[in-house]
Amino acid sequence: MSESRIAVEDLSVRIGEAEILHGVSLNVGRGEFLTVIGPNGAGKSTLLRCLDGILVPSHGRVLIDERPLTEIGRRELARTVSYVPQPDAGPLDYTVRSFVEMGRFPHVNAWAALTEADAEAVTHAMGLTGVAELADRSMSSLSGGERQRASIAAALAQGGSILLLDEPTSFLDYRHQVQILDLLDRLHDESGLTIVAVTHDLNSTVASSNSVLALKGGKVAATGNPAELLDTDVLSAIYDANFRLIEGGHRGLPLVLPARNGS
Amino acid sequence: MKTPLRLAVLGGLAALTLAIVPLVGRQALPFSVLLDFGGSDPAAIIFWQIRVPRALAAFVGGAGLALGGAVFQAIFRNPLATPYTLGVASGASLGVALVSRFGLSLVVIGLSTTSVAAFAGAMVAVGVVWALTRLRPELSSTTLLLAGVAMNFFFSSVILFAQYTASLGDSYRIVRWLMGGLGGVDMGTVLRMAPVVALGGTVVLWQARKLDLLATGTEIAASRGVAVAPTRTTLFLATSVMVGGVVAACGPVGFVGMMAPHICRLLVGSNHRVLLPASILFGGAFLVLCDTAARLVIFPAELPVGVITAFLGAPFFLWLLVRQVGSASARS
Repeated sequence: MSESRIAVEDLSVRIGEAEILHGVSLNVGRGEFLTVIGPNGAGKSTLLRCLDGILVPSHGRVLIDERPLTEIGRRELARTVSYVPQPDAGPLDYTVRSFVEMGRFPHVNAWAALTEADAEAVTHAMGLTGVAELADRSMSSLSGGERQRASIAAALAQGGSILLLDEPTSFLDYRHQVQILDLLDRLHDESGLTIVAVTHDLNSTVASSNSVLALKGGKVAATGNPAELLDTDVLSAIYDANFRLIEGGHRGLPLVLPARNGS
Repeated sequence: MKTPLRLAVLGGLAALTLAIVPLVGRQALPFSVLLDFGGSDPAAIIFWQIRVPRALAAFVGGAGLALGGAVFQAIFRNPLATPYTLGVASGASLGVALVSRFGLSLVVIGLSTTSVAAFAGAMVAVGVVWALTRLRPELSSTTLLLAGVAMNFFFSSVILFAQYTASLGDSYRIVRWLMGGLGGVDMGTVLRMAPVVALGGTVVLWQARKLDLLATGTEIAASRGVAVAPTRTTLFLATSVMVGGVVAACGPVGFVGMMAPHICRLLVGSNHRVLLPASILFGGAFLVLCDTAARLVIFPAELPVGVITAFLGAPFFLWLLVRQVGSASARS
């Protein structure tokens, strides 16, 4: 098995009275692309927040490159792990370039200007995500798709080798969904990033990944590769809904359709 | 105009304001007083012992209030947030109202009873909010702001009670303090207030990049490497103490803290490494100008500066806003 980059051991998260995650364990190897699926409220986003130390679990631990998260300082962690939260529509009075430059925070001193290496990382990230031409636009003036690409650019500028994404394609139209998925494919295949993406999109995002973890009610319901998970019985058990599979999906995988009564 | 140039122009205007304002007043002063530091000539005394300290106090106070607003607007991600919103000013006012009402004396190492009471009141308000965040760390910033608003109402009602039951003279003293003013300041006031503002300002400026990230949201900030909770606590406490110090010296001067950062954002953008110095310069110069207007407008009497700040500042702010909206729609 490939070297473990992320290991989660018996993770439980309790917020108030509610137990959001219970006894979750998983392993993500170097260069792996894991998608986390599951119904609403299954604990997917909570799991992602735990992987980046934003949320502290009530039990269990997370290891990054075999070191417990609790022993890694925030800035040090930020040089390895980048996180793209769910799209936030709130006002953001920064230009795209300023926002992407903030991704360099873990590499710069309080008052020092950005170095050439920082500028290079920013330009590279903006080029990869196709937001270079938006550099001087305000974040608040961007469409949902542009904003999502700028968010990914900022996370890439951070220069980490693990990328966590929460619903990277939700709220995007088809063209922008394809752009983001192509970008994730490139980052995974060419740059060798380790990626964990939470998604509701069983067709495109899951098909891009090489392993899938399904959560249900805060527990691991199923794990496997996309071909194993994209099965009507497995999906029905995860989502408590009926599905139909049809031929012709991405990378030879089936397309998943929710089956409505009478269909 | 490029942003660094705008900041330089702002700096030039602030320096010019500070240089000219002490020469302006009922008594026209010759330029020769500039060279007569410590002289016994009445002109030199008016200039060096009255007007210069007053201009400096206004500048330091305005700078501290503006900086406090800029920090709170970023850490609470709310354009209306200032230390006043969380009760710093009303806590200070309550302190002053209580010592005036009950005729208490709290002189500490040369500080007046009013200053000590104001600072203590401000710190009680800060302490309550801080305790809330410690007891219930999961409280959202909106909840905290609401708690601050509730506290403001509570303090106000106690102030009203103190005022209602006070003698006419005490009641007037309370009202007069609530309006804010720089009438009684001297070099000692400047020397007491400046270190507090300088210390708070240094802490805040040091965290400028973190403020940018906190303004984009706590999750993004944490993910980029900001230790969110300790950073917010440091900024919150440093700023509150700084603004508490200003309020103790100048009274609860309104408007500057909330509006100066917005005006600066329109002028130099949201990047805190530029916005914070701009807020210092603009807030400082603005309060100096307002205080000059307060000295002259109903001459020979004097208005409390708190009456002037919003009166002059609000129309200017509205003009900037309309101009901004106009140019934005012209572009689109």
